[in-house]
Amino acid sequence: MMQTLFQEKLHVLNVGLASFAESIARAGGAALQIEWAPPAQGQQNVARALAQLVNLPSVEAANRTAFDLYQSAQPILRDIGIAREVLPDMGTRMILHGGPPIAWQNMCGPMKGAIIGAILYEGWAKDTAGAAALASSGDIAFEPCHHHAAVGPMAGAISPSMPVWMVVDTTQNRPSFSNFNEGLGKALRFGANGPDVINRLRWMGQTLAPTLRAGLEILGGIDLKPLMAQALHMGDEVHNRNVAASSLFLKRLIVALLKTRAPSTDIAAAVDFVAGNDHFFLNLSMAACKAMLDAAHGVPDSSMVTAMARNGVEFGIRVSGTGERWFTAPAPIVDGLFFPGYTTADAAPDLGDSAITETAGVGGFAMAAAPAIVKFVGGAPQDAIDNTMAMTHITIGRNEAFTLPPMNFAGSPAGIDIRKVVDTGILPIINTGIAHREAGVGQIGAGITRAPLACFTQAVSALAEGVCGKR
Amino acid sequence: MARATKVIRNFYRDSVSLMQLSSTFAKLPGVEQASAIMASANNISLLKEAGLLAGTVEAGANDLLIALQGNAEALDAALAAAESALKQPAPTAGHGTSRAIAPRSLEMGLGDMIEANLALISTPGEYAAAEAFKAVRLGLNVMLFSDNVALQDEIALKRFARDRDLIVMGPDCGTAIINGIPLAFANVVTRGTIGVVAASGTGLQQVTCLIDRWGHGISQAIGTGSHDLHKDVGGITMLQSLNALAADRSTSVIVLISKPPAPEVAEHVLEAADKTGKPVVVNFLGADPARIRRANVFPADTLEDAAAAAVALAEGRTPDTGSPPGSSRPIPSTFAAGQRYIRGLYSGGTFCYEASLLLKKDLGRIYSNTPVEPADRLHDVWTSREHTVIDLGDDLFTRGRPHPMIDHRLRNERILKEAADPQVAMILLDIVLGYGSHPDPAGELAPVLHQATGSAKKAGRQLAVIGFVCGTASDPQDLSKQEDTLRSAGMILTESNAQAVRMAAAAVTAGQAGASS
Repeated sequence: MMQTLFQEKLHVLNVGLASFAESIARAGGAALQIEWAPPAQGQQNVARALAQLVNLPSVEAANRTAFDLYQSAQPILRDIGIAREVLPDMGTRMILHGGPPIAWQNMCGPMKGAIIGAILYEGWAKDTAGAAALASSGDIAFEPCHHHAAVGPMAGAISPSMPVWMVVDTTQNRPSFSNFNEGLGKALRFGANGPDVINRLRWMGQTLAPTLRAGLEILGGIDLKPLMAQALHMGDEVHNRNVAASSLFLKRLIVALLKTRAPSTDIAAAVDFVAGNDHFFLNLSMAACKAMLDAAHGVPDSSMVTAMARNGVEFGIRVSGTGERWFTAPAPIVDGLFFPGYTTADAAPDLGDSAITETAGVGGFAMAAAPAIVKFVGGAPQDAIDNTMAMTHITIGRNEAFTLPPMNFAGSPAGIDIRKVVDTGILPIINTGIAHREAGVGQIGAGITRAPLACFTQAVSALAEGVCGKR
Repeated sequence: MARATKVIRNFYRDSVSLMQLSSTFAKLPGVEQASAIMASANNISLLKEAGLLAGTVEAGANDLLIALQGNAEALDAALAAAESALKQPAPTAGHGTSRAIAPRSLEMGLGDMIEANLALISTPGEYAAAEAFKAVRLGLNVMLFSDNVALQDEIALKRFARDRDLIVMGPDCGTAIINGIPLAFANVVTRGTIGVVAASGTGLQQVTCLIDRWGHGISQAIGTGSHDLHKDVGGITMLQSLNALAADRSTSVIVLISKPPAPEVAEHVLEAADKTGKPVVVNFLGADPARIRRANVFPADTLEDAAAAAVALAEGRTPDTGSPPGSSRPIPSTFAAGQRYIRGLYSGGTFCYEASLLLKKDLGRIYSNTPVEPADRLHDVWTSREHTVIDLGDDLFTRGRPHPMIDHRLRNERILKEAADPQVAMILLDIVLGYGSHPDPAGELAPVLHQATGSAKKAGRQLAVIGFVCGTASDPQDLSKQEDTLRSAGMILTESNAQAVRMAAAAVTAGQAGASS
């Protein structure tokens, strides 16, 4: 290479003083200025750890493997089950929540409200005061959904008798799960726990779930990836916009529902409920994304992110090559548009497992497909394309199944690489809803946020230690 | 005298840009001293030492700190002006129709420029090794302009690169010319058949400029960085460069320049030089020529000798061992009684060191902040004694202010101070052109020379200012234009540092200066 240098035209990447690049250009050479800033906000140990990992063959190979596993996953919605019966390691006195692990006393308002609602739903306490006392007693185990192959939006509360979607990656025969979407307004996932919320949950468990299950049985399952791909061509990004996906889902299901022996009043109520909720598909999108990413998890040396999740206090990520460890940082406040009467001051910090969609290359990463989404931050459609383009610089590849029409049908950027995030300082973009900081008020807006850099810098240090330490 | 500071949070600019800006801020009305720096603990303590900062400042390494000293009434306006100057968008950030993101990392840059074959790195030293490792991992050769890279990092980096058949020029590599393209602080020289490998930036500039001046050209000029010939580094870059130039069909003569290397390294390098099959001229400043000479290796005493020998060899002649051209020209000055000393005020460290070496031969003790003999260290660097040569590029002088090749103020003040000393007969100066240097050094210097010689004249003395311009006709500053300006200001110009120094020394030994009254 050094030998051939003298025979080639000099092409310089200039890191630092910009006038050097200008001089090279004036002297007839080719130079490209790098917009450099100290990596990891100037943490030298992280910069060094990163330098050990850049273009390291073992990491590159591991990432190819992880990315292939992610791409080859085929998530299919197979069935509907009861959490205690189907979730791995689900305890009988356990409630799952969104985001990385967190103790009851540290939970944010909406999550506490949701936990109280789940306790009431289970009938473990008579009223909210009793439920709160029980929650703080230590008698109930709280664990992340992610630790049980599950995901849940916002508070993400899943208690033992709740119905759950059962998705299977048929490539690896690995299950993933999510709860049901209750619709907008007062909902458990935003911490609401009044009688109407609990009654709706009961109806969902007793009527909606069995009815849909009967329909699914007739269909034999619904292939989720093609449905998501189709929705991307119809203006969804399947995180914060699921209008098309929800409609497509209902379209698949409706004839099957009519063929079941369910009472027509139940079918009508179920169809009415699904049709009335533009976000109904969100939880299925999340479970599908979880399946694709779990397929890629656990590849030694891989720097691919396999989960991003928030509990309203902390933002956490997991990386394929660093095992079950969470790398956390304070959850950011979401920059967005608020429903009338609310402001940033009312907002809870970023919350929920739904960033699994961005982790899987949809949501904010596929924003180009959903120009309507940028209205949340007062942007133009070009901004949506720019955001997707920016994500190509921090990802391992393109998901060939998720093509984006405005980008000439290029695949959606997918497989976040912690090295590239730290090296470029470009942070993963997330489209998300905004919950009120107090329990039970509900959604007060939606917008765009970024995963915090500190999660990625910690992950880079840990991966470098793992990859280089063992040699 | 008042002080004022301003912190701009999370705002990064590289140190050289900040130095250039600092020097413009210092020219704002009512401002005496100015510095804009990234507020690392180290930089803050430098500001305190410089008297620009009192008390504590709440700022960290990612924050930019502006510190000013001057008239209390003027400082607010100056701070505002400084901040707005800082926030001017970089000239490279144009508004194109494409909304693609500018590359933020080497890897991202490689996506935009797949043909890239060299990374030029000039980040602060504490981040430079990491960036260089990334570059090598990505298959790029590296020129590491940054200084303050730990020696063990340099060793690891160079070995790592060598294993991949890549070269790391630096750390602390200020100049190189690769494939005819001047890099960092280099001159625009004609292409030709002489390859240069230098551990000294100004040494490389002097040799390449003289070769250009004498009608020859440069195939490649490779900087190794100033620590390459340290015994623990072992001359990895110089040895790689020798091999590369030996194999390069466009190179017929090779020149090596360095301060004397560790003996075992020198042996290794000279052995490799002898085996290249090409004539190699070696200038190890101050080394014994007898220990250098080999069948194919020609020792040179000075940078000028090295250039002259290379030109001779390129023309198929044997290098001339006699006295170099121009050295016998006498100074057209008549000194007053008591004017006996030479004061060298250098912006290039190698020029200063070479001056010390040459003067010492004829004049004995030469005081310096970077002395050849440790005993000749100048303890108060701000006050010369007897024959003194000063390297104004020394850290002692550049803390909190730009390098003297960019900012001439410190040297200008020192020139006036030396001129006022009745014992001073001659002042030696270097003027370095090329990319990165001041856009018009002669223009900066001329009024000061008038003032210095004028005030000496009023006091009944004739002051000789002797020097040389290291540059070429193609440099952005234009060699002949610079020389004309300096001659008009009364400066005595030679082609090289060695000629200027010898001329000054001859005036003393001939009794022209230093005659007792």
